[in-house]
Order: sequence, then C-alpha cells, then structure tokens
Amino acid sequence: MNEILLKNAIAIDGSIIDLRIIGTEIAEIGTGLNTGDETIDCTGLRLLPGFVDLHTHLREPGKENAETVLSGSQAAVRGGFTAVSAMANTYPVADSAGVVEQVWRLGKSAGLCDVYPIGAVSAGLEGEKLAEIGAMAQSAARVRVFSDDGKCVSDPLLMRRALEYVKSFGGVIAQHAQEPRLTAGAQMNEGAVASELGLAGWPAMAEESIIARDILIANAVQSRLHICHLSTKGSVEIVRWAKAQGMVVTAEVTPHHLLLTDELARTYDPIYKVNPPLRTMDDVLALRAALADGTIDIVATDHAPHPDEDKECEWASAAFGMVGLESALAIVVTTMIESGLMDWQRLAEVMSYAPAWIGGYEGQGEILTVGSQANLVLVDPHSTWVVDRAALRSRSRNTPFHGTTLTGEVVHTIYRGKIVLRNKEVGSYE
Amino acid sequence: MKNLLSINDVSRDEAMNILDTAAELQNLTAGTVKKLPTLRGRTIANLFFEDSTRTRLSFEAAAKRLSADVINFSAKGSSVSKGESLKDTAQTLEAMGVDLFVLRHPASGAATSLAESGWVDAHIINAGDGTHEHPTQALLDAFTIRKHHGIGRSDFNGVKVAIVGDIAHSRVARSNVLLLKKFGADVTVIAPPTLIPVGIDSWGVRYSYDFDEELASFDVVMMLRVQLERMNDSFFPNGREYARGYGLDESRLLRLKRDAIVMHPGPMNRGLEISSASADSARSVILEQVANGVIVRMAVLYRSLGGPDIASTGGSL
Repeated sequence: MNEILLKNAIAIDGSIIDLRIIGTEIAEIGTGLNTGDETIDCTGLRLLPGFVDLHTHLREPGKENAETVLSGSQAAVRGGFTAVSAMANTYPVADSAGVVEQVWRLGKSAGLCDVYPIGAVSAGLEGEKLAEIGAMAQSAARVRVFSDDGKCVSDPLLMRRALEYVKSFGGVIAQHAQEPRLTAGAQMNEGAVASELGLAGWPAMAEESIIARDILIANAVQSRLHICHLSTKGSVEIVRWAKAQGMVVTAEVTPHHLLLTDELARTYDPIYKVNPPLRTMDDVLALRAALADGTIDIVATDHAPHPDEDKECEWASAAFGMVGLESALAIVVTTMIESGLMDWQRLAEVMSYAPAWIGGYEGQGEILTVGSQANLVLVDPHSTWVVDRAALRSRSRNTPFHGTTLTGEVVHTIYRGKIVLRNKEVGSYE
Repeated sequence: MKNLLSINDVSRDEAMNILDTAAELQNLTAGTVKKLPTLRGRTIANLFFEDSTRTRLSFEAAAKRLSADVINFSAKGSSVSKGESLKDTAQTLEAMGVDLFVLRHPASGAATSLAESGWVDAHIINAGDGTHEHPTQALLDAFTIRKHHGIGRSDFNGVKVAIVGDIAHSRVARSNVLLLKKFGADVTVIAPPTLIPVGIDSWGVRYSYDFDEELASFDVVMMLRVQLERMNDSFFPNGREYARGYGLDESRLLRLKRDAIVMHPGPMNRGLEISSASADSARSVILEQVANGVIVRMAVLYRSLGGPDIASTGGSL
C-alpha cells in the first residue's frame, strides 16, 4: 500500500501537524512523525478536506467540444475538488439509468476525483413529466440529487410530485429558480444598467418568487429542497426567513456571484453572460454576508464550459455560463477570507462538509481524523496569482477572471490517498 | 472619431462639430450638383442584419454624395442565426476592402461587439442595435431641432422636449435622451408604465404616464413608433386604448405651443401613435428629418473617415 506523509501542514485550527496516509485512508495525525515512502513538505500550506462541488457541467455525453468528464476532472483537481456533480443537461439528457451510469463510469475511468451524476427531474428536461428518478437512484450511480438545472421546474405540481417522490430514498431536488414567463428573452439583471444597454431585463422577483413557492411546497410535503445559485438579496432574505421558521432548505452561491456585478455587461462582452445573471453590488454584499452567517450553506461553481464560438458573437446570441472550477477557491479566499468575513473552518464547511452532506457523498467532506478517507487539499493561503485563460485545464476558456489577480492557490490535491495534483500539476501520481 | 457606437462615446463638442459639419454640407450640396468628391476611393459597406430600407437608403445616399463606393449586405433574422455570424460576415467584407461598416443589427451591443472584439480594423457606425441605440437618428433629430428653434451653436438650454411612446424598447429614445441631455435640453419621456423601462431613475430625465399634463409646455414633441405586437405581450390592451392615452391626435395637436414641432423617426403607424392630421400638419417636421438624415449621415461618415475639421477648411471639402 502506498504511504504518503504530509509534513508541517497548517490544520484548520491553525496548529502545525504531520499527517500520514496509508492506502486510501488517513492513518496517523501528529507532530514529528517519521518520514515515510513519500514525504511532501507542506510548510506554509493549509490542509483542508477535499472540496466538493455540487454543481458542475461536464458536458459529456454530447458536447465533448466544450468539456469531457476527463478534462472536467482535471480542472476539478486543479481547483482542489475531490468530488464534482455532473449536471443532467447533457445530450442525451441524464434522465435514465443508462446515461447516469455512463457518466459515473466515465468518472471512474478518469480516476481523478469522484464524479456523481445528477439526474434530471423531468423527462428530457421538458418540465412535463417525471424522469425515471427511481431507476437512477437504484442504478450503479446511486443518484441522490436531481435537478433540471439550466431550466426551472416551473410547474408547481410537478415540483411537488418530485419532492414527494425522492423521499423514499432520501433524495434532494436542486431547483434552478427562474420563473420562465418573467424571464422570457431575458439577457441580464433588470435594473439601471440593463435599461441603459437596451438588454432585456431579468428581474430579481423571477428568482425570488420560485424560491418562496418551493420552500412552501417542500415544507408542506416534508422533503428536501436545495436552491441552486442564489443571486439576489431578496433570495437571501427569503431563505433566512425560512430557516428562522425551522424550515429545511439548503442554498448555494457561485464564486462569480460573490465578486462580479452587472456593471460588467457594459462591455457587451458575453464572457459576462451567465444564468442567473450578475446582479448589483448590493446583492453581492448580501450574498457574502449570507454565506458567512450560514443562511447560504455552500459554494458551488456552476462550472459551465463553452467553446469560443459560443461566446464570440453579439451578446444576445451568446451562450450563458462561465467556467469556475479552477478559480473557485481563490475567489472565496479573496472575497470572504481576505475581507475577514469568514475563517478557514467556515471555508471547509461551505466548500467540503456541507456540499458532501447535501449530496450524500460517502468518503467526502469528512472531518480529517484517523480512519477517514484521504480526500485532501493543500492550499497556499497567501499566494497571489493572475488568472490566465490559456492555462486552464478545462477544455473551455470562458473565464470572466482572465487577467484578474486573486489570492489563495491550490498546490496539492489528494484523492482517496492518491496524489492527483502535485505542485499545481495535474496527474495521477502513484 | 473613428467609430460611432453610442452617443455616450461622443463628447458634447464632437456632437456639435458633427452638426456644424452637417450644416456646411447642407450649404455645399444645396445647388443642383449634390455630390462631393471627398470620399472617392473609400468603400462603405451597409451591413444590415435587420430590415430597414429607409435607414439603409439614407446611409447609401449619404455615402454616394461623398463619392464613396457602397456595397450592401442584408440578411435578416433567422437566416443568419447559424453559419453566417457577425464575425464571419464582417471579416469577409473587410477582406474585400471595406473601410467602414454601417451596421444595423437586432442585438443590442452588436456594434460595440464588432468594434471592441478586434475582429476587424474598419471603422464602424452604429445604424441601430437592438433596443440599445441609434446615434445618427439622435444627431439628425438634434440638427432638426436646432434649425427650427434657431439655436445655432449654443446649448439647448430651456428647450423642452417630450419623447412619447415605447421608451422601454426604443433605441431612438435612448440615443435622443443621451444627446439632448448633453446639449442641456429639458427632456421628459412619456409612456404607459409598462413601456417605461425599469431603471429609468438612472437616466437623468423626468418621466410621466400622462401625456396631457404638460402638453402645452413642450417645444418639441417626438413621437415613437409603437409595435403593435406589444399588445400581444400585454404592454397595453389594444391600439385604440393606446392612441387614446398616448397618440398625438388632433385635439392634442391643437393644444401644443404655437411654435412647437412634431417629430417622428418613421415609419409611422398613422392612427396609432400619430394621426394623419398631426403627421401632415404645418408643425410636422417629419419629412425634414428624412432630408436631414442624409446630411447628418454625410457628416458622420466624413468625420469617421478622417476628414479635417470643417471650420479649418473654410468650408471647402
């Protein structure tokens, strides 16, 4: 069995520790441990549980020109993730046991991180009748998270049925909250900037009304609702109210919504076109506060790769979405840790423990202790670096952060005892 | 001024300079010989991704009166959605030797995308991009207002302008608001609440839901074309109700100030936003706008393709 010794890492509580991995598990934690076969000097690096992304578009099957499970896995480990969740909007749609098992097997063969398929809620993402949720749950992929992401489950009756149906196996419905009629043709956040640019507005209430509705439905049927990519201050207020009532709901925010605003649309550069749209600074500050105080449970990337041709056009014709796996940690460090809003304990919660719990991902998001799975990431907390689109491991280049200086960089990633990122280089190091 | 993408990019002085250049051009071409040799050898492409015969003809006339060669590309709507992108079309035409693109496109920001993306080096004039801007329309409207109200080179202080109609979806309104504000005019936009854009507070103009309230105080009443399709999306119930609330009918025409002028960018929906009696009245300057359109577009093409400041040439081009 392979043995790895991490020497002089900074633990979450700030203490300096050594950690020995044998096989796939953490075997020993202490100080001054004897050097093993393979020793990594972790001086100055923070040791964290491997990150877990609950919202990733890996595009395979169907759009392999944008991303594959392998290239997406490489981007994931570059970003410190040891688990990702492949969204269902592929071609064909992941609405049957066959497709989710295919994605699951592709993840296994890539072998760099866990790839958990998310199943569609409705057949073909068409919002009309339930997909084969039970078959996906019982498949080899053991799907527990279901989402029509990219589209909203707008029919309230279908949403109710889906929430009820997943109770039999402890599943969760992840809702893309976007009232379709209120966002017909919408291009960017509704408000002052959109009115000046003549781009059709995407009102906050189109997101908030669905969130409010679904919280009520989920609590009436006592099932689990997760809200994807919250983007407005009003959404935060609704979730905060629901949690104060003791209602069960979880919510995520993307890194880009923690940093960017709709002012960027003034360039008409579709690199900033994303769903939900970038909002105002007022919203950004509300999202940061909510992530810090626990109203928002997790950070999820909504990594959405697109080939250049889908972004090299006028705004209205361009695809929605941004890649995010490789910059997620740095955005969270820059916006939340450097600003003093959050500590490393909370970062581990929002990027690892909580998303693993929501997804039910075994061996992920565990407290680092002897016997737990060795899914680990080592982060240089003070390293500043400039995002370079050409250096991304993703097959797509659509990052809105190109040229941006960020703080915090992933240095090593260890996936179930295997080094998959060594000194910022992706590979399978046996 | 290499490109004209938005009135936002044009300084007050540059805008005034365009109007002065237009005035000179109007004098120079007032006789029987309407053509000047200024842009001989330059090639201008009208790149129209949306139907607009009037605007295209106006730009074509302007370019030809300056002796430029003109080529026309038109493709509308869905036929260009796949395979014939803005990038490929512009690069193809530039490879044929185009010096300046006049771009009309249904997507807001298309002219900015073409200019800022580095796809082409040619100059770009925005001839209307989606619901964003139509800067040459605003320039020709300002030129028309200036002539009628005898303003000359000074600012438009005290000139009271009403822009009435589908403000939310109007590129003409956006460009006019920006330019008239630059010149110091007092602008009010008037529409039913459904057609006032969310975010209007940042525009720096007054807005009203009531056309009649200050009707007798306006020096300029600019009526916008209303798309009848809007009623299918419930922006208003039907054409009759719209006309009753926001149309310039005869009774409203009679209540205007004595020297007020009536403007419309065309094409008009007679009987909807404007009655025939208003469109054809002595106050109407709608056909003058068309004539001024050619002159002002000549000035814009001239300024963009590097013509010297007209004042410094003593009026000879």
